[in-house]
Amino acid sequence: MSESQGTTGSMVYKAGAVTGDEILVDGWELIVGLEVHVELATATKLFSASANRFGDEPNTNIDPVTLGLPGALPVLNRHAVELAMRIGLALNCTIQPSTFHRKNYFYPDQPKAYQISQYDQPINIDGFLALPGGKKIGIERAHLEEDTGKSTHIGGAGGRIHGSDYSLIDFNRAGVPLVEIVSRPDIRTSEEARQYVTELRSILVAIGASDAKMEEGSMRCDANVSVHKPGMPYGTRCEIKNVNSIRSLGRAIDYEMRRQIDMNEAGETVRQETRHWNENDGRTHTLRSKEDADDYRYFLEPDLVPLDPSPEWIQAVRDAMPMLPGARRARLSASTGQPADGEAVMVVVERGQDDYVLEVAAAGGDVGRALIHVKEGFADEGATPTVPAADLAGLTRLEVGGQLTATQAKTVLAEIVANGGGDAAAIAAAKGFEAMDTGALEAMVDQVIADNAAVWSKYCSGEEKAMGALVGAAMKASQGKADGKLVTALLQAKRTA
Amino acid sequence: MSQRITTADVVKVAKLARLDLDPEAIERTTAQLAGMLEHFADIDALDLDGVQPMNQPYPLTNVFREDIILVGLDREEVLAAAPEAEDGRFRVPPILGLDS
Repeated sequence: MSESQGTTGSMVYKAGAVTGDEILVDGWELIVGLEVHVELATATKLFSASANRFGDEPNTNIDPVTLGLPGALPVLNRHAVELAMRIGLALNCTIQPSTFHRKNYFYPDQPKAYQISQYDQPINIDGFLALPGGKKIGIERAHLEEDTGKSTHIGGAGGRIHGSDYSLIDFNRAGVPLVEIVSRPDIRTSEEARQYVTELRSILVAIGASDAKMEEGSMRCDANVSVHKPGMPYGTRCEIKNVNSIRSLGRAIDYEMRRQIDMNEAGETVRQETRHWNENDGRTHTLRSKEDADDYRYFLEPDLVPLDPSPEWIQAVRDAMPMLPGARRARLSASTGQPADGEAVMVVVERGQDDYVLEVAAAGGDVGRALIHVKEGFADEGATPTVPAADLAGLTRLEVGGQLTATQAKTVLAEIVANGGGDAAAIAAAKGFEAMDTGALEAMVDQVIADNAAVWSKYCSGEEKAMGALVGAAMKASQGKADGKLVTALLQAKRTA
Repeated sequence: MSQRITTADVVKVAKLARLDLDPEAIERTTAQLAGMLEHFADIDALDLDGVQPMNQPYPLTNVFREDIILVGLDREEVLAAAPEAEDGRFRVPPILGLDS
């Protein structure tokens, strides 16, 4: 009965469409929907003016609304609404007129005895999130609600809620604005679940809606997991809670899938229930739930009026949106020819260094080489590396011109990064990196052939593996100055000559 | 009187609301609630197709406050008013099994 209770009842499970490309495990298909709660990056709470701040001394950010004192009235935080709208727009949702409801339950983390949430009229509906590879995961809704207080269980077995002697409550988090993002059950593998949460996190950070730190609890993820045979109705689902990292999410889903498949294969019945992931034993465990625990008797919050953002406001929020990670990857992919979901593009956009790569190109650099150099050499640099774009552009031009080999370029790059900039040509000259001209290179290759006659004849008789030994000998003879690609090309030319 | 509400409904709602009603109170409350619900029969009699449900009686939408921190309540003062406190926090009985 905590922050992560969602309106799971609204997630409609229906028979899966047979698309012919199911991913099956022992004949079973995994069906996953995710509910992600994110704390919004506001200064204050959703309905009161206490600070929304992680890590403060317990109960120092409290007020009459937070504590549910008699007569205290909630007033909606405009900025929280704006951040919720940003999330809706980033997830391709429709923003609609919405209302707030009371979700009634007795639990000490919520002193009012209800949580204010959005129920049948959420602010954002019907969107999607595109995974880096292109697959779209449907978003059913993304609604506003308030977070609950933090409980610490004392006594019993290691701070667990079961068997504890008593609990201590800190209300700093109570009333912090949350958006709960509910996906459709479109996820088919634990890897897709990880990609979904990773991409969602990148989007939330990019639009400034949340710092989305799973380790601090500002982003929390519950998974609805079921299995079925293709063409059959979806199986009974279990909701997995207490997943505290993206890695744990994948492990928990894989464990739960296996558990349900094994039960089905053994002729047992999967019960609909909430299960807690235990990081230590790598299993999910059933949590004894009270009868009627899901009867929240929702009703309209009489102390709040409906929310109905004007088209002008929505447009203003849309106009102020930054470029999203997916669009940035597509842009970098188009410039470099590298795949949008390839490692280089993913890593560089994740670090926010894609603008920089494009600056290097604009400064006359080779964009493909710039991408690789930034990926390999700028891991410790932020979104705005100290190395002037023109300096990296200069390095890539030397490579393109054949004046530096790949190995030499790496050395020069390290020097440039260490010094926060530098003229690649000067550094190359200082290190004695002189490009071998074609004539010298050809003479050297001839010498290598003469010195390795046996290997050469193997290569000539079609043994392609022999090429490696010849290139290696050439690199050794040139002390690394030869361009491996040119050597290869020369050897191939000489064989066919 | 039609069966708009049964004693079983009242027992369930009372339990959810943590109300301890004896059998006599359950009978009495059921009859009273049934009487109230009869009034809704008047609404049922109207043709309400196409009428939007009213969310609340005021002709207002979009009432906001700006996102500015104001000083709240003093922790020591608040905790002094609580039944029990410990370590700057409210101390409460064990959470699961409260009503068992």
